[in-house]
Amino acid sequence: MDKFLQLLLSGVALGGIYALVALGFVVIYKASGAFNFAQGGFVTLGAYLVYQFGTDWGLPFWLALVLAMIAMAAVGMFLERLVIRPMVGKPTFTVVLITLGLLLIIEQVVRSVWTSPGLVLEVPWGNGRSQIGDVVLRHADLWTMVSGAVLLLAFFVFFRYSRTGLGMRATALDQEAAAAQGISVARSFAVSWAVAAAVAPVAGVMLVSRGGGALSPAIGFVALAAFPAMILGGLDSAGGAVLGGVLIGLAEIMSQGYLDISWLGSNVEVVVPYVLMVLVLLWRPEGLLGTRRVERV
Amino acid sequence: MVGDGPATPVLEVRGLSVRYGPALTVLHGVDIEVPAGSVVALLGPNGAGKTTLLRALTGLLPFHHGRVIGGEVLLEGKPVGRANATTLVRRGMAQVMEGRRIFAELTVEENLRAGAVTVRDRRRVAEVTGEIFAAFPQLAHRRGYQAGYLSGGEQQMLAIGRALMSSPKLLLLDEPSLGLAPRITEQIAERIVAVGAAGTTVLLVEQNAAMALAISEFAYVLQAGRVAMGGPAAVLRDDPDVQKLYLGDG
Repeated sequence: MDKFLQLLLSGVALGGIYALVALGFVVIYKASGAFNFAQGGFVTLGAYLVYQFGTDWGLPFWLALVLAMIAMAAVGMFLERLVIRPMVGKPTFTVVLITLGLLLIIEQVVRSVWTSPGLVLEVPWGNGRSQIGDVVLRHADLWTMVSGAVLLLAFFVFFRYSRTGLGMRATALDQEAAAAQGISVARSFAVSWAVAAAVAPVAGVMLVSRGGGALSPAIGFVALAAFPAMILGGLDSAGGAVLGGVLIGLAEIMSQGYLDISWLGSNVEVVVPYVLMVLVLLWRPEGLLGTRRVERV
Repeated sequence: MVGDGPATPVLEVRGLSVRYGPALTVLHGVDIEVPAGSVVALLGPNGAGKTTLLRALTGLLPFHHGRVIGGEVLLEGKPVGRANATTLVRRGMAQVMEGRRIFAELTVEENLRAGAVTVRDRRRVAEVTGEIFAAFPQLAHRRGYQAGYLSGGEQQMLAIGRALMSSPKLLLLDEPSLGLAPRITEQIAERIVAVGAAGTTVLLVEQNAAMALAISEFAYVLQAGRVAMGGPAAVLRDDPDVQKLYLGDG
């Protein structure tokens, strides 16, 4: 039972990281219908910025995090303006390929700017852990869950109640009809990129902190692990991103803890998220909480 | 001939020409006037350029790779220049697009809120929402439904309600009767009359000429991108050409 609780906690925390990454994907998908591969790059760059502001320059951690979020929002808006806006009206596929290019470019930029190996990001909770009964609670996991919950709530309120959020949802459904209402399609896109990029440092910090604090330009590739989380939850649903993230995190950790299928080789847990994704999609093609296309017959 | 009274017309279109892509010119010097407080009908066969004219008026041409290549549009006497769709809504234009184009996955209430994104004052939004629910009780009953599940007539009412959310001075409607049963078309026509009576100026594009001429004061006939006829609706109703071509008395 203790093993189960321990794995449950660990799985939910890992899922929280996937969810944080997936939220960034969802916000851009919701506004523009495009899948943004560069989100992984945002996560990497965001984590390095927190390192730069906090660990390197010595600013307080929370200030460094906020500064990184603001800086990333600016980066997101800049990239949107530079390479995505000119593609408005072009096939979504082209836009997606461009974001894939952005991912590779951002990763290279990170490699060139932060050249020294073995950089370590300092976080206030460090490697702290608390013992509750026989279960160990890592503080990094706790912060991951808290920040995931807070951001999800913020997303929910923003998309449900704000004019900008509603405008972004309308833009995603029908750009021309949205424009006809006076919704600025360009602004919807810019805001979605700013928001997606701004959550990236949070995801980056949690990811790095879970791994003990070591920075690596490759951390953005965890975005690929968030992929099944997001598709499983429903590409256009913030709630779905979190649910999908937690399910995938749990599946991964539980299979790591319990599954011993040696004839399949080691690291079966790496494949489990994708198996789960395929099964869910067979049952609900729009994902668990994704929007069902409404068609009246 | 229309609106030569002292008041500035809400909308004046002078010599408007529109082209799609490199070479497809759809409007050739269109002149139209919509006097304040009137309902003006715009008739014409498929492909005459009616929808293109509305797109040009409301800043939606870029969505179709179209552009104005000549002439000008004046809203309350002031040229709109190259104003985009958002600016035009802020300046008092709203439209009901062809095919309704409601946001199917949003709720009825969210559709209405989307029509009010240019309105900052939340109290004002709540007030207008109340007025629209009072005018369209069916919508009020379904406020929490996803709009895609409404019937065709209800969707059209939602599209009209959504357009009215910005309290426009000029409401442009593109084929509101399209695909609706005669009884529903009648209800829609009644609503348009009520909108006009409440002080909103209306430009109504219709294939259903009988309905349009019955509820409008002035009418224009657009043919192959040019204004072929224009005048008081009563005169056009009695015109033998209009009767033959559009009213089915041939």
